[in-house]
Amino acid sequence: MTVALFVPCYIDQFYPQVAIATLELLEKFGVKVVYPPDQTCCGQPMANSGFEHLTHSCNELFIKNFAGFDYIVCPSGSCTLHIKDHLHHEKEEEKAGQIRKRVYELTEFLTDVLKVEALDARFPHKVGVHQSCHGQRGLQLSQMSELVAEPFSKPGHLLKMVEGLELIELNRVDECCGFGGTFCVAEEAVSVKMGKDRVKDHVEHGAEYITGGDMSCLMHLEGILRRQNSKVQVKHIAEILNSKQ
Amino acid sequence: MNNGDKDHAALAQQFNRDEPRVNWHDETLWWVRAKRDKAAHTIPGWEHLRETASRIKNNVLSNMYGYLQQFEENARKNGVIVHWAADAGEHNEIVCGILQKHGINKMVKSKSMLTEECHLNDYLQQNGIEVIDTDLGERIVQLAKEPPSHIVLPCIHKKKEEIGELFHEHLGTPEGNADPQFLTHAARLHLREKFLTRRAALTGVNFAIAETGEFVVCTNEGNADMGAHLADVHIACMGFEKLLPQRKHLGVFLRLLARSATGQPITTYSSHFKKPRKGQEMHIVLVDNGRSVQLGREDFRNSLKCIRCGACMNTCPVYRRSGGHSYHTAVAGPIGSILAPNLDMRKYADLPFASTLCGSCSNVCPVKIDIHDQLYKWRQVLMKEGYGPAAKKLAMKGMTFTLSNPGVYRFAGKTGRWVMGKMPFIVNNKLNPWYKQREMPEPPAQSFNEWYKKNRKAD
Amino acid sequence: MNGIKKTGRLINTDQLRDIYYYMNSREKILAAIKKSQPAPRELPVLDFPLPDDMDAQEKFIAVLSSIGGAAHTVGSYDEIQLLINREYNDAARIISLVPEIESRGQYFEPGTNPHLLEDVDLAVIKAQFGVAENAAVWITDDMLPERVLSFITQNLAVVLHRRDILQLMHQAYERIGGRDYGFGVFIAGPSKTADIEQSLVLGAHGSRTMRIFILQS
Ligand code: SF4
Repeated sequence: MTVALFVPCYIDQFYPQVAIATLELLEKFGVKVVYPPDQTCCGQPMANSGFEHLTHSCNELFIKNFAGFDYIVCPSGSCTLHIKDHLHHEKEEEKAGQIRKRVYELTEFLTDVLKVEALDARFPHKVGVHQSCHGQRGLQLSQMSELVAEPFSKPGHLLKMVEGLELIELNRVDECCGFGGTFCVAEEAVSVKMGKDRVKDHVEHGAEYITGGDMSCLMHLEGILRRQNSKVQVKHIAEILNSKQ
Repeated sequence: MNNGDKDHAALAQQFNRDEPRVNWHDETLWWVRAKRDKAAHTIPGWEHLRETASRIKNNVLSNMYGYLQQFEENARKNGVIVHWAADAGEHNEIVCGILQKHGINKMVKSKSMLTEECHLNDYLQQNGIEVIDTDLGERIVQLAKEPPSHIVLPCIHKKKEEIGELFHEHLGTPEGNADPQFLTHAARLHLREKFLTRRAALTGVNFAIAETGEFVVCTNEGNADMGAHLADVHIACMGFEKLLPQRKHLGVFLRLLARSATGQPITTYSSHFKKPRKGQEMHIVLVDNGRSVQLGREDFRNSLKCIRCGACMNTCPVYRRSGGHSYHTAVAGPIGSILAPNLDMRKYADLPFASTLCGSCSNVCPVKIDIHDQLYKWRQVLMKEGYGPAAKKLAMKGMTFTLSNPGVYRFAGKTGRWVMGKMPFIVNNKLNPWYKQREMPEPPAQSFNEWYKKNRKAD
Repeated sequence: MNGIKKTGRLINTDQLRDIYYYMNSREKILAAIKKSQPAPRELPVLDFPLPDDMDAQEKFIAVLSSIGGAAHTVGSYDEIQLLINREYNDAARIISLVPEIESRGQYFEPGTNPHLLEDVDLAVIKAQFGVAENAAVWITDDMLPERVLSFITQNLAVVLHRRDILQLMHQAYERIGGRDYGFGVFIAGPSKTADIEQSLVLGAHGSRTMRIFILQS
């Protein structure tokens, strides 16, 4: 099985350790991982701003980089969802369609494809999970609080395998953090307020770390935590699942 | 309310100046959302109910032409006078005409978001007709000279002390008394007098039944009934999308409406008006006002399935923290943001951007409207068609952020020439709203790309 | 005021129908809809199995009390009369539409001015049936001298037979079927509002209390 590693631009630039952890984690499970070096951005920032019609060359590049692999794995629900929903190309539609089907967010790849039931990981801390909306509601990585349906959580399932890790409860299990792509600056006031409220929920419930599957949301929460001089830190779920503390 | 040219982001920023108040607004509406969750969980087959409602509405949209005529014919047979209004202006003229014909210059009105959409009150006032809103929340905002901020909870943005003051000024209640029980009772007495002295009553419509020509109005307060059953003339105004095929479909929708709206099992009153009572005149005004255009937009027609329960507002993390007035349109929140651009793309170009696309709205919607997908699609339409300085500004701000922080910019410069080529307007803007209340991430020594080249060369 | 004119719309004839009938807009709207509406979609079958574990009366009573109403299970009309005498001792005007229950004060002639019901303290009405899931009762205007009675009265009392408690709204509409009425209403509890800071207040514009007597026979 050959997996192409799709690294979102924020992670590449600001959080390389998340991509490294993802790579190592996949390799631990015996997966052959390829990193196409010419990858850039999935085009989501443009598309969410209403410029999907300008993402043409971006899509082309993406297809060039990622066509032909068994799977494409990405440590971000949001970028995965964008590719799944919006990757199209009039000349390469067949390849685009294949990519849309084969792209997986990291935790769903671990639970659904690799069917991971045990992890060699240790992280002895109190951890709050931030459910990023695109992963949760878009990719259905965990059950949504609005629906009357059986609860489940793919990231939760994995985190429970980590030795010493204690998951905290939250008042609002899946409220949006307010990052929202360009929303975070276009609607600065509301975005920050949403972020502060999410942070508060975690802090009040004793979180030492806030984790999640989307570094963009975590970057936003981290920005607020650091401005507040809080000791609470953010950590991408890949880092925790790959941790040997 | 005059918001000047302010867009949602600016109005939301204003709302956020008083953080404790934002907390209060957020908590109050979250509480309503929680009540909705509880109600949904207490009955069996909730998701099946939503699915059924959604499919009934799909059928209605696909046969609107037939159902509308069937409804009209049956309503006529029932002795109801049916009018057709192509737009807001005509709707207002029709209502005004009916009142003038009867020489009526005072009217009571129960909740109708349609008349808000058409700005009926202003129009009637200009024509010398006084309108008293009788829903308590609507009466309160009317006294405050504000529009409703929520379609189900019109004065949810107001604190009881402010309402106490308003009542003191307008209804003569004792100064400083802000007890909800007391104030509600004062309003009861005040409005009873209005019900008993007005000869015309206007109501909205929640559902209209093609099969029987009847229409259903749901209230908790009983104000629609007090108005309609005491008045000589009852005018009911409805957007044509309120139709349902058959009476039995009400069973589905009445189970969903109040549970979604407030968590109640049903509203106190679900009144089925079929024929005028003896000696009374009953009118129905069927309004288009852009709906037939929306029906023709494949990506957006589903918005016409809306039953105005307000659940999408209560769950919306942005609405809860920006307030209904920040949407500067009659119907606020997620649903308002997909309805309003249909009426005026330029004016409401900012609204589809007033969302993180979190998707909670679509999940609570009792008729399963794909609200957040439509927000995304409106963004594409608005940008492609070059609409609205507001929206463009918002989009630009976002792009500026992405490209003005050094790491991403460098990155974009290296490998993302296509971005620069396509969007020249994004460069050279140093404004960075991120930093105002948040720290920037610290750029690491090397990017992943660089790390990989060094460490995994052999691959 | 007569004689408002607009091109294509007339408001100045003797016949109401003609006065209010704007052919132009009607045709315009219908034509636009015909053009816009999507391909036909089928109506779903209404398939809602009844919960088999539900004791309809028990559920009805529980829901009613949660929405601010009060229920009494009674064995006879005499019992109801006693309860009414006890609970509404002070009522000056009671209009009872249930032959077995006494009215008090001035009665009401059907067809006279509904405003004359303004000072009714208690209305006693028979419901056709009730619905357990939401504690609503169904009342139609053929049972009322005036439609406004059940709203304008300060207090509302309803007589309901236990056998007439249905489980779900779907059954309610099956029961109503194609029956004709001028006005019909589901009433669930006393009128209420939570418009002021979401604090629930009973007694908005309609009746301030609602009491349901469930006859066991
Ligand atoms: S869009 Fe859905 S949730 Fe929002 S008001 Fe309409 S019916 Fe309710």
